[in-house]
Amino acid sequence: MSQSYNRGLIEDYGRWKEFSAGMWAWIFHKFTGWMLIGYLFTHIAVLSTAIGAAQGETVEVFAEDLPNVEGTGLTEVDIYTATLGGLEGLFIVRLLEVGLLAVAVFHILNGLRLLMVDLGIGLEAQDKSFYASLILTGVITVASVPTFLRGVGF
Amino acid sequence: MSTQQQEPETQEPETQEAPEDPEMKGAESPQQRRLKKKQEGMVDERSEAEAEAEGETVHIKVFRYDPEVEGKQEPRFDDFYVPFEKGMTVLDAVMYARDEYDSSLTFRHSCRQAVCGSDAFFVNGSQQLGCKTQISDLEQPVRIEPLPHQEVVKDLVVDMDHFYDQMHAVEPYFKQEDLPEGELEEQRQSRENREKVKMSTRCIWCAACMSSCNIAAGDNQYLGPAAINKAYRFAMDEREDEEIKEHRLRILEQEHGVWRCQTQFSCTEVCPKDIPLTEHIQELKREAVKKNLKFW
Ligand code: SF4
Ligand code: FES
Repeated sequence: MSQSYNRGLIEDYGRWKEFSAGMWAWIFHKFTGWMLIGYLFTHIAVLSTAIGAAQGETVEVFAEDLPNVEGTGLTEVDIYTATLGGLEGLFIVRLLEVGLLAVAVFHILNGLRLLMVDLGIGLEAQDKSFYASLILTGVITVASVPTFLRGVGF
Repeated sequence: MSTQQQEPETQEPETQEAPEDPEMKGAESPQQRRLKKKQEGMVDERSEAEAEAEGETVHIKVFRYDPEVEGKQEPRFDDFYVPFEKGMTVLDAVMYARDEYDSSLTFRHSCRQAVCGSDAFFVNGSQQLGCKTQISDLEQPVRIEPLPHQEVVKDLVVDMDHFYDQMHAVEPYFKQEDLPEGELEEQRQSRENREKVKMSTRCIWCAACMSSCNIAAGDNQYLGPAAINKAYRFAMDEREDEEIKEHRLRILEQEHGVWRCQTQFSCTEVCPKDIPLTEHIQELKREAVKKNLKFW
């Protein structure tokens, strides 16, 4: 037997232009799934910095910097309010929140689609339901922008 | 002459050429040189015929690789310009290229009518049966490669052993042991049941589905769509006893069985026989769950 030539995995990504709907759905589902897991751990890590709030731990902040604090000048607020306020005051965090919503909504909608696929309902329309979840995700995301970006551009 | 591995030169114009040196891997391989000559000749021959037939040519790029020939150990693409004919398929085009330009071009084919399943290629980025794919439907140049995720033996020929092993792993044969009474009695199948397994019986073992599946590419033990479809064909056949069906489901519900499928629909997309593979896999998943679910 002659030895044979293995072309490796490059072709998997090299042929992305030819991917069909089901393949894209699979890729997006994986991707959004990993994003959500990543978010979950970041979420835990960030919130754990504010654990002291229950014990009445406070910090001094400039009220103008935080959207959720009333008044002016140096104010004493509890650490939870300060943490969240600090995050919400950043434009990039607001933007990421929109992204998080998009990721979560797509994962939910495609999850419903996969549920249908598992139940054997409408397998012929699986590509259409993928496009539908994409469009719906887009619509919901755009609709959420005014809410998420309030105070930092809207 | 140092050309120990070159195919015997049967084509007329090349015979006066200088001996080909397999060592030579310059800008122009001997074969490309030959090709060019051929094409120049072709233009003259064709010119009259083309004047009326509006002589189109099809530009195909064919994957070449042969570990046993020195000049071909580095995989490359060869260009061929094949005169177009109405109704020409991808297989027709590569056959023309082989017969007229380069007799060392290697690929499998047999029936030329989508029955034997030997000529599944990777055409313009998707798995297709050469003899069932019209050239006129494709964008040019038509890129023809061996099936991905299978090892290439030579040119367009891939190693099918693994695929066949998976097919055999599901015991793809009718196993009913109790025969009906009476000597000439037949084992009848109801029309409805026949209708149910109809599509799954159409598989021609071409391995296009297996090649398109990312999961099968990453998990060598995964049975793959074709084998599961084969199992479906028998598991759903009512003539087999319940125990046999259970035995089949036991094979399928193993770790590398139906549960590997993540419903990419790639296999369903490429199957030249239009078998609803994903649907069959999903149905077997449900059967496997039903078998194990007990309410008491
Ligand atoms: S199921 Fe379809 S694609 Fe897969 S081997 Fe059979 S005929 Fe080919
Ligand atoms: S040559 Fe037999 S299937 Fe194409």
